[in-house]
Amino acid sequence: MNGDFTLADGVFWLLSAATALGGLGAALSRNIVRAVFFLLLTFAGVAGLYGLLSADFLAAVQLMVYVGGVLVLMLFAVMLTSQIDQAHQSNPVGSRWLGIACGAAMLAVLWTTLVRAPFLEESAPAYAPTTAELGHTLTGIGFLPLLAVGLLLCAVIVGAVVVARRGPGTE
Amino acid sequence: MRALAEYLAASWQLSPLGRELLSAGLILLTAIVVFAVALLIAALLTWLERRVAGRVQSRVGPNRVGPLGLLQWLADGLKMILKEDVVPAAADRPLFLLAPYPVMIGVFAAFATVPFSQLLIAADLDVGVLYLIAVTSLVVVGILMAGWGSNNKWSLLGGIRSAAQIVAYEVPAALALLSVVVMAGTLSLQSIVAAQGGWPWEWYLLRTPFGFVAFFIYFTAAVAEGNRTPFDLPEAESELVAGYNTEYSGIRFGGFFLGEFANIYLMSAIASALFFGGWQIPGVTPAEQVGSVWWQALGFLVFVAKAGVGCLVVILLRWTFPRLRVDQLTALCYRYLAPGAFLCLVGNALWIVLVPAGSLFERMVGYGMTAVAAALGLWFVLRMRRHMVSTGDRLDLDLFARGHTRAAFDPAWQARAYGRFRRRRPGEAS
Repeated sequence: MNGDFTLADGVFWLLSAATALGGLGAALSRNIVRAVFFLLLTFAGVAGLYGLLSADFLAAVQLMVYVGGVLVLMLFAVMLTSQIDQAHQSNPVGSRWLGIACGAAMLAVLWTTLVRAPFLEESAPAYAPTTAELGHTLTGIGFLPLLAVGLLLCAVIVGAVVVARRGPGTE
Repeated sequence: MRALAEYLAASWQLSPLGRELLSAGLILLTAIVVFAVALLIAALLTWLERRVAGRVQSRVGPNRVGPLGLLQWLADGLKMILKEDVVPAAADRPLFLLAPYPVMIGVFAAFATVPFSQLLIAADLDVGVLYLIAVTSLVVVGILMAGWGSNNKWSLLGGIRSAAQIVAYEVPAALALLSVVVMAGTLSLQSIVAAQGGWPWEWYLLRTPFGFVAFFIYFTAAVAEGNRTPFDLPEAESELVAGYNTEYSGIRFGGFFLGEFANIYLMSAIASALFFGGWQIPGVTPAEQVGSVWWQALGFLVFVAKAGVGCLVVILLRWTFPRLRVDQLTALCYRYLAPGAFLCLVGNALWIVLVPAGSLFERMVGYGMTAVAAALGLWFVLRMRRHMVSTGDRLDLDLFARGHTRAAFDPAWQARAYGRFRRRRPGEAS
C-alpha cells in the first residue's frame, strides 16, 4: 500500500475480516451445524476477494463449487446424523494441547511460504475478461488433463454407485 | 454507467477517493434499483398467481383492493410488515433470523444480469450464465438454514427435501444452459441474445433439435428448483405443514415468499434470453436497434412479453398438475433429465463442429423446426378445443373479468354465451 487509502483497500480489509472471522467461527464453534454455516462466510469472503482481484471466473466457480456443492454436502451429512446438536457427541475435544500444536505447525508452514513467496506487484488490477482465454487453454493445451480428470471423476461416480448399491433384490 | 461516473467526476473535480466513492455510490444505486424492480415484479406475480388460480377454479380471485384487485400485493406487503416477527423459543435464534437473507440474495442478485433490453441491464457480466448458476446456489444454504434453525421436524424435513431437490435439478438445468452457451460461444447474456435473431428460426430454441429438447429440460428443472408444484414436495401441505418456512411469520416469511415469486420471473427471463431471442425484434438487427429509443422500447416490451408468457405457463402448471412422489421426482431428474441434458450438450457441440454457421442446411433445419413447433402448438390448441367441447367446458382466458363467473353455474347464461361448446343434457334437443 503506497500512501493513499483507496476504496479497494477498504473492501479488501472488509472481505478479509469476514473470511478470517468465518474461519475462526468454524474452528471455535462448539455446535457443528453453526460451524458449517460459519464456513459460508469464509467461502463468500474468498469469492469476494477473487472478484476484487478481477478473477471473475474464479469467483463464480468458488461460489458455485464451495457454496453450492461442498457446503451443501457438509450440511446434508451433518443434518442427517442423529444427536448432532449435542456438542459432546458431535464435537468432542480430544486434546486441547495437541490441537494448538497442530495449528501452530500449520501456521508456521503457511507463514514461511507467505514470506518466501515472490509476489507479483501490480499497481492496479486490470479488469480484463478471463473466460475466453481460459476456454482456449482448456480446449487447447489443457485438453488432455481435462479429459483425464473427467474420466477419473466418472470412475469415482460409478464406483460410488457400486459401493452404495445394495445387493440384488433388496430395493 | 461508467461514462456517467466519469462525466460527474470530471465536472465536480473530485479527488481519486471521491471518484471511487462516486462510482461505488452509483453501483449501490443500481443495486437498489434492481432490487426494487425485482420486488415489484415478484409482488405483481403474486397477484397474477391468485388471479389465474381464481380463473382455473371458476372464481374471480382478488378483486377488492384497487381496480381488479391489482393493489392486493400492497395490502399483503403492509400486512406482512406489520405482523409480529415470531421466533420460536426452541429455535436456533441467529440461524433462524438470518435464513431469509441468503434466499433473497440468491434470487435478487441474479436479477443484475437479466437483459431487459439491449441497453437495459444492470451488469452485463462476462461470466453471466456462470454467475447466475453460482449466485442462485445461495438459496439452498438459506433453505437449509431455515430448516435447521426452526428446530422443528417438518421444517427440517422440508429443508432437506428442498436442498436435495435443488442440488439434483441444478445438474440438468446447468447442462441445458450450457448447450446454449456452446452454441453462442460466450457466457455473457447480452452476447447470447445478440447471437440470436428476431425470427423464431433464429432462436436457439428452434435452430437445432437439441436446443428444443434442452429448453424443455431447462424449464422442467427450473420449475423443480423453484419448489413449484408439481415439484413442491418441500412444502407439501398434506405432509409437512409448510416445509422449511413453517415457523416463519411476518416479513421473514415474506422474504421466502417474494424470493420464490421472483424466481419464477427469473427462470422465465433466462429462458427468454437464452432460448427465445430475448429483446431481438424480427427484421431489426442489433446494430439498428442500438441508436433508436423506439426500437429499444419495443425490444424491452418483446422481452417482457416473452418472460411474461413463461411466468403464466409456470403458474398454470401449478394449478393443473398434482404433486409428484419423492421417487418419481428423483427418477425424473437422474434417469431422464440429466442424461437428456448431456445428450443435448454433446449434440449441440457436434452441431457446431459439423454444420457450418449460416449454411443452407442450418437454415433449413431452423425453418423445419419452426414449422414443427407451430404444428405442435396447433395440435395442442385443437386437442384442448376437442376436450372442452366434449366436456361442455368453456375457454376462459379473461384475467380481467370483474363479476362472478356466472357461466359456470347458470345453464341459461351458458347457453347464450357459449352455446356451441356446451354439453347437451340427456334428452335435450341439439
